Amino acid sequence: MTEPEPRHDSAAPGTFGMRLRGLIRKEFLQIFRDPSSIAIAFLMPVVLLLLFGYGVSLDSESIPVALVVEQPSADTTSFTAAFHKSRYFVPTSYATTRAAETDMMAGKVNAIVVLRQDFAQRLYRPDSAPIQLIVNGVDANTARIISGYVEGVWGTWLEHVALARGESLATPVQIEQRVWFNSELRSRNFLVPGLIAIIMTLIGALLTAMVMAREWERGTMEALMVTPVTMSEVILGKLIPYFILGMGGLALSVAMALWLFNVPLRGSSWMLFGASALFMLTSLGMGLFISTLGKSQFVAGQIAIITTFLPAFLLSGFIFDIGSMPAVVQTITHVVAARYYVAILQTVFLAGNVWSVILPNLLGLGVLTLIFLGLTYRKSRKRLE
Amino acid sequence: MPTGAAGSSTSPHSPVGQGSDIALAVDQLSKSFHANGRVVQALDKVSFSVRHGRVTGLIGPDSAGKTTLMRLAAGLLVPDSGSITVLGKNAATESLAVQGSIGYMPQRFGLYEDLTVQENLDLYADLQGVAVARRADRYRELLQMAGLEPFTRRLAGQLSGGMKQKLGLACSLVRQPALLLLDEPTVGVDPLSRRELWAIVNRLVRNEHTTVVLSTAYLDEAERCDEVFLLHDGRLLDQGDPKVLRDRMQGRTFAVTTESLSKRSLQAHVSQAPGVVDALIQGEHVRLVMAEATTPRLDALLPGIENARITAVPPRYEDNFIALLKSQPQPDGAPAVKPALSRVLSSARTAQGEAIIKVDQLERRFGSFRAVKNVSFAVSRGEVFGLLGANGAGKTTTFRMLCGLLPASGGSLKVAGVDLRHAPAAARARIGYMSQKFSLYGHISVIENLRFFSSAYGLSRKRAEQRMQWAMAEFALAELADAASGDLSLGYKQRLALACALMHEPDILFLDEPTSGVDPLARREFWQRINTLAEQGVTIMVTTHFMEEAEYCDRLAIMVAGEILTTGTPTAIKREARTEAVSDPSMEDAFIGLIEAQTRADNQTVPSP
Amino acid sequence: MWRRILALTIKEFLTLLKDKRSRMVIIVPPLIQLMVFGYAATFDLKHVPFAVFNEDRGTVSRDLVAAFHGSPSFEQVARLTQDREIAPMVNSQQALMVIRIGPRFSAEVLSGNPAPVQIIVDGRNSNTAQLVANYAQQIVKQFNTGWIASHGGSTPPALIETRAWFNPNLESRWFFIPGIVGLLTLVVTMLVTALSVAREREQGTFDQLLVTPMRPGEILLGKALPSFVIGMAEATVIILVAVFWFQVPLLGSLLTLYTGIVLFLLSAIGLGLMISSLAVTQQQGLLGAFFFLVPAIILSGFATPIANMPPLVQDLTLLNPMRYFLVVLRGVFLEGTPFHLLIHPFAAMAAIGVIALTIAAWLFRHRMY
Repeated sequence: MTEPEPRHDSAAPGTFGMRLRGLIRKEFLQIFRDPSSIAIAFLMPVVLLLLFGYGVSLDSESIPVALVVEQPSADTTSFTAAFHKSRYFVPTSYATTRAAETDMMAGKVNAIVVLRQDFAQRLYRPDSAPIQLIVNGVDANTARIISGYVEGVWGTWLEHVALARGESLATPVQIEQRVWFNSELRSRNFLVPGLIAIIMTLIGALLTAMVMAREWERGTMEALMVTPVTMSEVILGKLIPYFILGMGGLALSVAMALWLFNVPLRGSSWMLFGASALFMLTSLGMGLFISTLGKSQFVAGQIAIITTFLPAFLLSGFIFDIGSMPAVVQTITHVVAARYYVAILQTVFLAGNVWSVILPNLLGLGVLTLIFLGLTYRKSRKRLE
Repeated sequence: MPTGAAGSSTSPHSPVGQGSDIALAVDQLSKSFHANGRVVQALDKVSFSVRHGRVTGLIGPDSAGKTTLMRLAAGLLVPDSGSITVLGKNAATESLAVQGSIGYMPQRFGLYEDLTVQENLDLYADLQGVAVARRADRYRELLQMAGLEPFTRRLAGQLSGGMKQKLGLACSLVRQPALLLLDEPTVGVDPLSRRELWAIVNRLVRNEHTTVVLSTAYLDEAERCDEVFLLHDGRLLDQGDPKVLRDRMQGRTFAVTTESLSKRSLQAHVSQAPGVVDALIQGEHVRLVMAEATTPRLDALLPGIENARITAVPPRYEDNFIALLKSQPQPDGAPAVKPALSRVLSSARTAQGEAIIKVDQLERRFGSFRAVKNVSFAVSRGEVFGLLGANGAGKTTTFRMLCGLLPASGGSLKVAGVDLRHAPAAARARIGYMSQKFSLYGHISVIENLRFFSSAYGLSRKRAEQRMQWAMAEFALAELADAASGDLSLGYKQRLALACALMHEPDILFLDEPTSGVDPLARREFWQRINTLAEQGVTIMVTTHFMEEAEYCDRLAIMVAGEILTTGTPTAIKREARTEAVSDPSMEDAFIGLIEAQTRADNQTVPSP
Repeated sequence: MWRRILALTIKEFLTLLKDKRSRMVIIVPPLIQLMVFGYAATFDLKHVPFAVFNEDRGTVSRDLVAAFHGSPSFEQVARLTQDREIAPMVNSQQALMVIRIGPRFSAEVLSGNPAPVQIIVDGRNSNTAQLVANYAQQIVKQFNTGWIASHGGSTPPALIETRAWFNPNLESRWFFIPGIVGLLTLVVTMLVTALSVAREREQGTFDQLLVTPMRPGEILLGKALPSFVIGMAEATVIILVAVFWFQVPLLGSLLTLYTGIVLFLLSAIGLGLMISSLAVTQQQGLLGAFFFLVPAIILSGFATPIANMPPLVQDLTLLNPMRYFLVVLRGVFLEGTPFHLLIHPFAAMAAIGVIALTIAAWLFRHRMY
């Protein structure tokens, strides 16, 4: 060097790499010092998944049902016995329809099966004996499932009767039902992947929305901004550590799904990993974007509550079929990141690497990520106004 | 000398500033902000320039535009018009380059409190792009300078206020900047730490030829600058060498004493006398600043008072500042009305004997940490009692216990004969409380705040209406009645907070650092009101770390590390601190002396957080 | 005393409504969410895409497929000609169901033998799969009945006559919309209360309140009343939309319904204030609210029946006021349940509310450092 070393280091000689490394190291140190973000990333998914994985189920079993037999006979007994054998029902006998109806009003039974006085007689006449089924229609879904089950019991019983009479059952068309991917119709197999999507949406958005607002509130953002860092470095410096943290939580959840809830994994694990990584980015991006909307933790938190949980719960297809929603609502679901991830998870877990399902959904996640990060980048200028 | 200074003999100045001696040039700079439909002109066509290698002070009352100017210089804001050139670069268009060559310490320096001292330094070294090879030397140098060497592994959040500030300064110095911007670096810092911070600044200028621009609300600090710029309402009002500015006041400053009036009555009297610009209590005498350089006649100042004496005293920079500001038209933030003074000029010496606040062996533990220990004192009715101490000395904790907000872990305390924590709710109607942060409901308007507090104190409708009118008039709030209180300037927030605490005319008033962050004018006005209240027999308990404010108190207790070091009148405490070296110690000298003596005795180096 | 409470109530209202952002948070999202979720939350399937692989050339198979076309629940998306087309169709979710009819189908039916028709359902969402299968069963059953009536043949000896009480068309929207009333009321009350104390504590105004002669009980009331009024208004608007826009029948008495709302608000406000007074910072308040809301909604019986949960989780839901409120809402809306049958959920909500409010008031004074 010919010139003497300048006293004051002017234009920053530091590199992108050095600054980014500094930011990332700082973020990790903070994460390890403050147990709350570790708790949010690791403890919350485990607790919530345990609670919901066991708690949320659509498999109705042991449904309390009232049996009213007005005139017992051998035939009615064979019919009621079919109920007792079914694992779906816990039948209780009632002497009168009235008593059964009172209990249905009180919510003690969900359905009433009535065999009238003339049941046994009409059984042998050509005009068919009526079996009256009254279901509580308040929960329409459960009501439908119950009536489906009752018909199942009835069908089996008819075959028995026909066999006993030496006739064959004269149904012109008989359904042979095949359920692919989930032949036992275990609702947990699709609910658990959906829950993972919901829980990770919450965690991803909360983690970043709050930490960014915290920097503003504690005045550290102003100190950062007067250094030569660029906004993209600040954003990356948040994204990378929380991505790693979030992926840890996600890995834990997937492990629980596989080994605790025994959800089969038919697709490849690298596909699961890739899609999860992209989803994590989307949900962190959403958190970062929320944090640019309000510089206080208060506002960021409120927006996060309103925009993450309920939409992910109701609009992701996790439990309600998107295809059955009105067109407008279907359009709205396109901005819900969980929607794409739920579709990918259910397919990768239960069906396999079906590219025709996975690709469009990956694309959806990618586009959302770009939008969130792009908006964040545009909104975070290095100014205090 | 460490690495960074190796080439000092050959290159005295940064290459950026080559060809000119100007480090910072401001030209016709304007900046306004929009807040709730109102436009606030923070800076209005300000022009000046700052020369290399000096300490330049930006001074001015609250909301004068100091912070805005700092942020503009750091490239964090874009000016509406005009330009700001930092080290030869336009701060608005080349902000990254500017940020790469300056150091900036915002008012609340963003230290990561959950990172250690070392980790904070590492972060800023990375962000500033300091070569790894040069770090070790620089760190050593900075830590030594800041006196933080023993604490590198301590979390920043566990440092005392002064140490945090020194660490913030060190962080903005990791890459030797050519220009250092410090925005109110000494706010909320105790006198000892302030001295140390100034020592660092002086060293930087001397050894590293750094140009320092700092803003401050402490006028005694302005005297330490090479040049000051006085901002007021976004305009440049005055500039020059503070010593020259100070000497303009030669012959206009006096001290008055008399035995026949209490110091507060004396102050109230003389401040309304003709020709008096400023009257301030200092110990047992009142310091006067006159409009003209003639010795005032005592009979004009204090008609009917016999045994008064007046002596000339040397001027201070503050005198110039106050005289200048008071001569400005006051559209906002200034005392619109003189507080109505009680006509009772009886020498209302404190009614001795009756202790209205009594504290005995008070103790408060947080876990194993004893925040307050063995604190005992008594306050008489009508007394102004001050609690002095550095940050974290236990002042606020003691206060909260007195107000019944925090249970004591040991000892006894009585306020107006009861422990407020267990007393019936009605007992609380006798006290007024104003907290550090002027806690008001920011979203609702001034009048709504007043109405709320008068109802909360259970005033009858008619009485509430009366008191609200009183508050509007007394505190000149009428024009702002419908403004959201969060949008008020700090001075007005302070007035409103005091008004709210006085709605129910309490017997005892608790003031927790009531003037922190407020400029000298507002501080004077505030104390004028307090003095009036005290004259009317209200007992006042106040915490502060402004040493000059300690002079206004009747008696003081100085707290260090949770204990009371000494109690007494300001004069007595100053007398105690008299040494051969310092024959006439100021309150600050006394405070520092006491703390240093204590530190030596304990050999305890850090005040606990 | 009442003046003080009133003053605090007015102040709370002003702080909530003067700030544009918080006004937005209270009013706009619930209404949007009501509309969107009202339409989204349904188990009634519409336009289920299905494909047909028909190897039979007879008319019977055509009639059967036509029966599916006639149902609003189904929509044919493809006609397959080869066996190997089935798997990609289902895998890619183009069709949720494939009807496969063998070459001898019409012949078998016409000769009076049972003719099988294969229905392949995508089971990824087992609930949807089950519903699709049920719908298909119904269509085939009707087809069979029609066939026997027109072509003769022996009817089965016994037939099921199904009647659904309270919801004759089994519209699941009727089930979910009263639930959404509870859902949104809970979210709004939580957002309003969970931060009210934490926010004041962080801003230092809570100290200012505590040094006034107000008693904790008065502060509690002053804090609870605004949330209560907002919750009431919110619930009323949502109920109006439910009845007049979504046409959900409201059979029970308004008195019973509002008793439920009052008690539910009491418990929700109590829990919100409790979370708020436990929290030292707003951040903790928010996280607390969040991690109360999520399980409270998912484990309330809103979407999945509580009866399906394991006993331990069922016991846990006893602490959840939302659980009781849903019983009341659905009961009053659809069943017209009389007051006396709802004493149990009323009592439970009241108990939760009183206990939570007591704890909150105690925490006001005892948690402040």
